[in-house]
Amino acid sequence: MSILKIEGIHKSFSGVEVLRDINLEVEKGEIHAIVGENGAGKSTLMKIISGEYEPTAGKIFVKSEEKRFSSPLDAIQDGISLIHQEFSLVPQLTVCENIYLGKEPTKNVFFFKIVNHIKMVEDSRSVLSNLEASHINTQSKIKDLSVADKQLVEIAKALSFNSEILIMDEPTAALTLKETDTLFAILKRLKENGVTILFISHRLEEIFEIADRVTVLRNGEHITTKNISDVSMEEIVRMMVGRSMKNRFPPKVDHKVGAVVLKVEGTTSEPHFRNVSFELRKGEILGIAGLVGCGNSQLGESLFGLKDMEGKMYLDSVEIKIKEPTDAITHRIFLVPEDRHTLGLILQRDVKENHSLPNLDFLSRFGFIKRRKEKKSVMATVEYLNTKITSINQRVENLSGGNQQKVVLGKWLARSPKILILDEPTRGIDVGSKYEIYKFIYDQAFKGISIIIISSEMEEVINLSDRILVMSEGRITGELSPSEATQERILALAVKRKED
Amino acid sequence: MEKMDSSFVRKYGVILGLVGIIAFFAFESPKYFFTFSNFMLISKQSSINALLAIGQMFVILTAGIDLSVGSMIGLSGAIAAGTIVATGNVLIGILAGLGIGAGLGAVNGIIVSLAKVPAFITTLATMSAIAGITLIYTNGQPIWDLPHSFMYFGQGYLLGIPFPVIVMTIVFAVAWIILALSRYGRHVYAVGGNIRASRAAGIKINSVLISVYTISGFLAALAGIVLASRLGTAEPTAGRGYELDSIAAVVLGGTSLFGGEGWIVGTLVGAYIIGILNNGMTIMNISPYYQEVVKGLVILLAVMLTSFGKKYWNE
Repeated sequence: MSILKIEGIHKSFSGVEVLRDINLEVEKGEIHAIVGENGAGKSTLMKIISGEYEPTAGKIFVKSEEKRFSSPLDAIQDGISLIHQEFSLVPQLTVCENIYLGKEPTKNVFFFKIVNHIKMVEDSRSVLSNLEASHINTQSKIKDLSVADKQLVEIAKALSFNSEILIMDEPTAALTLKETDTLFAILKRLKENGVTILFISHRLEEIFEIADRVTVLRNGEHITTKNISDVSMEEIVRMMVGRSMKNRFPPKVDHKVGAVVLKVEGTTSEPHFRNVSFELRKGEILGIAGLVGCGNSQLGESLFGLKDMEGKMYLDSVEIKIKEPTDAITHRIFLVPEDRHTLGLILQRDVKENHSLPNLDFLSRFGFIKRRKEKKSVMATVEYLNTKITSINQRVENLSGGNQQKVVLGKWLARSPKILILDEPTRGIDVGSKYEIYKFIYDQAFKGISIIIISSEMEEVINLSDRILVMSEGRITGELSPSEATQERILALAVKRKED
Repeated sequence: MEKMDSSFVRKYGVILGLVGIIAFFAFESPKYFFTFSNFMLISKQSSINALLAIGQMFVILTAGIDLSVGSMIGLSGAIAAGTIVATGNVLIGILAGLGIGAGLGAVNGIIVSLAKVPAFITTLATMSAIAGITLIYTNGQPIWDLPHSFMYFGQGYLLGIPFPVIVMTIVFAVAWIILALSRYGRHVYAVGGNIRASRAAGIKINSVLISVYTISGFLAALAGIVLASRLGTAEPTAGRGYELDSIAAVVLGGTSLFGGEGWIVGTLVGAYIIGILNNGMTIMNISPYYQEVVKGLVILLAVMLTSFGKKYWNE
């Protein structure tokens, strides 16, 4: 008997159908992966199962009983909890207050019901120790915890509702490798205890590591559900994108690596990185690998002037000072930031305005925008990057992750970049868009633009780079050529500690 | 697609509201309300608030707020009148009033951008300080004895149109062009939409912030001078409470208090809605006490309808 069964689910927003006739059965105690490109309908489906959306048509059965969820609370009462990509914890409250938020144990004092703090702390401790997360202090505030610990608290919160079905939306996106391993161990143990887990991820390797079965969605339709042992990664990718894609990386493009363009000497920005020196050549793709928190992301932001740093930078052998992004922009050094929502986009503005924002200096005369020229420039970039939009007046918040990322990339193209710093350029975007962004990177290198790729996805660094630097704890711990780089060697350098 | 519908509600809902209110008063009082001369009267009465609201809108677009505009009215009127009485020169007086408004506006902007004090706190403090400075400067007394030429500004007509309405129209047109067509306008929207991404796009954040408060201060001073001229006297407490009307007009007009979104036509319509409510209810002989209540409810209703409409369209 399946614990969860959905039948003929449809969902439309303002007449646009995003899910079509989805049928799915989930067995008790399995880890069931849901995969698909961005916009395939994964998140919408999960939100329907967890009561956040109501389906336009179709039925949901929990333990063979038909259910109608009109709010997440309904779903929680039937044992279904969704763990969001962005956590739903209150940062200013403590761990135990968050776990029992809205269902605090109480005791009566005279005529008043007050929170039974002692019971709350004890219960939280026992839930956390069940997760082998006893290291988390129940009195710490959420804002002081690491991302991984926040996630554990979120899981503890779900378990405190006696949830039998946990839905996790990209739980590993912000975790380090080690934290991911810990999380997986926990998920496996939960599974042994009979908890069913629905798991959304873009990282296919993970799915093969942890899932029992996998469901592929494409364009709002259910393509297949299979045992993980019966499929290969290539098959899954093909079903996700709907066309054969032998390789997840485009064929290498021969590009000339020329003279040194950028020389960075002894740069330091405490506490993120110290004494970092390297050179970047014309047309070179330089990978800077490392685990989350190793300082490579801050290095990228500092090179672009978003963060203060000490040390010297030479561009074409001339020393330059970069104090603000405007300085970097003048020298045609551009950053595509890790977090496109906070640093890359004005979400409530349209594609056109986002594209031309840094380029208004040459798109306007006497302070007024030359609208025809602007439109032409934006259209050219949109076409070059194959950005899928309904019009250049579409708000960027309505675009999928991959297309948003293309808007962020496209902003700089009109300024003919000299150096592009790409920080996690393919984070949270679908396989198809990833492929296109890789092709774009080769194309830029071919044109003689120097590229720095900062990434925690080792495969990406290995496949794209001409040279790889590895960072650990704010220092460069090694340099590898692509032929000698393997995931193991990079990892060994990435976890290298100071004492070694 | 769904989002286009929601911004459609936000953008044009207020115009529907305006039409509804006009229809209501026209039906209730066709003889007095629905006449050209009354329309001119409403425009004249709305012009002060419209000037303030346009400045306020620049600030709100950057996710800020300017509570000091009401006090600025009193001070700039007093400085202008005082200077005119002292020098006998109307032009110098007006320039002095405008200068003090722009200058103190810039001070607001500098505190918000460089000292990073939240706009609400900054302008709450300067609202109080400016009101105090005005009382010190005027000794709490109105300034009389203004020359006739100064009165033209608030009371005169040009081609049959009240001069304050002409001032309002020009300011509105210029502001519209700036926000819709200029590079600076784009920067204002961008900074309000996402200040960190704007900095990363090479926009000079501090100059944008300082400039919007300067614009707001300048337009408040312009409103203050128009008001002093219309009343024929500079009252130190003339602008008290005006800041709230200006914020109400901007919000009625669909501008997001979180910044980055808003249409200036909406702001003008918002100012007119408030003006028409005042005018229409007075014609209908409704007690001023009740007028305040109705005004509050209408603002609440309008904003609720807009956000309800948004939700409805998004689902």
